[in-house]
Amino acid sequence: MAGLTLDTLRKTYSGGVDAVRGVSLDVPDGAFCVLVGPSGCGKSTVLRMIAGLETVTAGAITIGGRVVNDVEPAERDIAMVFQNYALYPHMRVYDNLAYGLRNRGTPKAEIETRVTEAARLLGLEAMLTRYPRQLSGGQRQRVAMGRAIVRKPQVFLFDEPLSNLDAKLRVQMRVEIRRLQRQLGVTTVYVTHDQVEAMTMADRLVVMNGGEIEQVGTPIEIYRRPATRYVATFMGSPPMNILGAEAVAGGVRIDGTVIPVAGMTAGTAVEAGIRPEDLRIAEDGLPFRIAFVEELGATRLLHGPLAGTDVAVQVPAGSTAQEGDTVRLAIDGTALHLFDPATGRRLAQG
Amino acid sequence: MGPERVTFGGRLLPAALIAPQLLIVGLFFYWPAVQAVWQSFQMQDAFGLSTEFVWFENYRALFTDPGYYQALVTTLVFAAAVAGLSLGIALLLATMADREIRGAGIYRTLLIWPYAVAPAVAGVLFGFLFQPGLGLIARGLTQIGIPWNPLLDGNHAMILVVMAAAWKQISYNFLFFLAGLQAIPRSVIEAAAIDGAGPARRFWTIVFPLLSPTTFFLMVVNVVYAFCETFGVIDVLTHGGPGRATQTLVYKVYQDGRIGADLGGSAAQSVVLMAIVIGLTAIQFRYVEKRVAY
Ligand SMILES: Nc1ncnc2c1ncn2[C@@H]1O[C@H](COP(=O)(O)OP(=O)(O)OP(=O)(O)O)[C@@H](O)[C@H]1O
Ligand SMILES: [Mg+2]
Repeated sequence: MAGLTLDTLRKTYSGGVDAVRGVSLDVPDGAFCVLVGPSGCGKSTVLRMIAGLETVTAGAITIGGRVVNDVEPAERDIAMVFQNYALYPHMRVYDNLAYGLRNRGTPKAEIETRVTEAARLLGLEAMLTRYPRQLSGGQRQRVAMGRAIVRKPQVFLFDEPLSNLDAKLRVQMRVEIRRLQRQLGVTTVYVTHDQVEAMTMADRLVVMNGGEIEQVGTPIEIYRRPATRYVATFMGSPPMNILGAEAVAGGVRIDGTVIPVAGMTAGTAVEAGIRPEDLRIAEDGLPFRIAFVEELGATRLLHGPLAGTDVAVQVPAGSTAQEGDTVRLAIDGTALHLFDPATGRRLAQG
Repeated sequence: MGPERVTFGGRLLPAALIAPQLLIVGLFFYWPAVQAVWQSFQMQDAFGLSTEFVWFENYRALFTDPGYYQALVTTLVFAAAVAGLSLGIALLLATMADREIRGAGIYRTLLIWPYAVAPAVAGVLFGFLFQPGLGLIARGLTQIGIPWNPLLDGNHAMILVVMAAAWKQISYNFLFFLAGLQAIPRSVIEAAAIDGAGPARRFWTIVFPLLSPTTFFLMVVNVVYAFCETFGVIDVLTHGGPGRATQTLVYKVYQDGRIGADLGGSAAQSVVLMAIVIGLTAIQFRYVEKRVAY
């Protein structure tokens, strides 16, 4: 087993696209690291550089203490699961799993043992003699994972492995991948643009944007203390509400109402973020006219303008607020996330 | 749902629309074919004055003629060499073109040109290049100590017609191979690279098997081409000689019919040739039906 380190990694494609602009990351041995970010932010490029499928423009990739920049993919001791699975269509499942071992000259008996073991772990025993085209999407996904685990690599790489599955299967496979990874203890880098997947699977979550890392942390850290306005609005569903505000001594003023925030000094404009679940209907507070209501079953989402911006408020299913009602929303100063409007960075606060 | 179907009222319009095509096929394919079958049952005297209906006499004569078997063997050797050479080179070129290289567009376009050249013209071209004493390549060969003379040496003559015939077919094969290669998902190749297969091993264990439907299709096309469409090349370059070294079935049809004036025997040969081509095509269709794409 081995950890993985990226040191100011850069990638400029031949067309001049700066896909990755200096990414540094440390993935400890056995950790499950998820890269999340919007489409085109360079997640796949980072992963493909780790795999050795793209050349590195600058920076260093270290796997288990060895710099692998100029090492062939085959020699990096990694395994990758592709979005479209990339199974060998002309080989049976057994041969798909055995291919990597055969290429490395593993003895036949051992191949048999390892393939059987992997098939058992993934529930593929009954499918070993089938061709990929005879499998369902979920089963193909398992074969792709099986192909990764038989080799017992030092690092697993996943590039949006679940995006071709239906919602239910996605939830199931999410749990399964996590269980397998814990069981095997292999360092993993997992790319997704689905923030629910990112939150639920990661030990270590990396939020990327525009070829750079915005924040690294545990899912809870990132959710509770987003480092930038971008992360704050990207992680969480529905996204965090951002309101214009002004810093005053000991608080922030939103739409004329001062909300106490410890340690604030007067002066500048700030952006105040608040999650939909942190807004409460109360006796007194900012007026909020409900424009429409989304029923989610367990909770309800109220949409409408607050202090000049459209916001969402999450209330329990028992709430009786209706479209057209005007209610008052209480804002708790400790639930506010304050950002510098110019840089988008989180402001130090108590 | 499916693509929308166009329907015509009445029968006249559809009939009129396909009539020209049917006319051409009928006039230039079915009619000569029927004529050949009819003629193959007849025998003419040496001066073409009287014609006699002889049933299978022409076929009997054909299948007891050692010269016919010799031509068959020559054809098989010729076809195997043409198909092998043109497929091999086309695959090599396509593999190179498939990589992202600078100028790949020009390279591809240039490779397609030879297909537009008529077989006889290809023959003339190779005739020039390989003409003993004059041709560029022929002189080069002589200089490096190979006594090149396709006019005297049967093997040299065979090599010459094989090269000329294969050259023309490379473009066609190249196009299909390139399309086949581009249909292989890049991630499959990348997965194999991560799985520890080097370039050669990737080619033989992944790319080549995935191309096999294309290869099979092209093999049939090339064999049919070598059997039937290489008359021009042989006629221009060797006239089937020296001796009978390059006398293939199709050239023998011409020599026996036109030059030997044995119209009945020549027609019988055409019918056999036609049967071979129909057989090959049938095999191909069976295969295509059985093996759906991966
Ligand atoms: N082979 C390439 N040549 C040139 N530019 C590329 C290449 N591959 C990717 N890019 C560009 O690099 C940027 C990052 O692409 P990348 O595939 O890493 O994004 P991503 O985060 O994986 O997005 P997605 O979620 O859509 O998969 C994009 O702007 C993309 O257009
Ligand atoms: Mg991607």
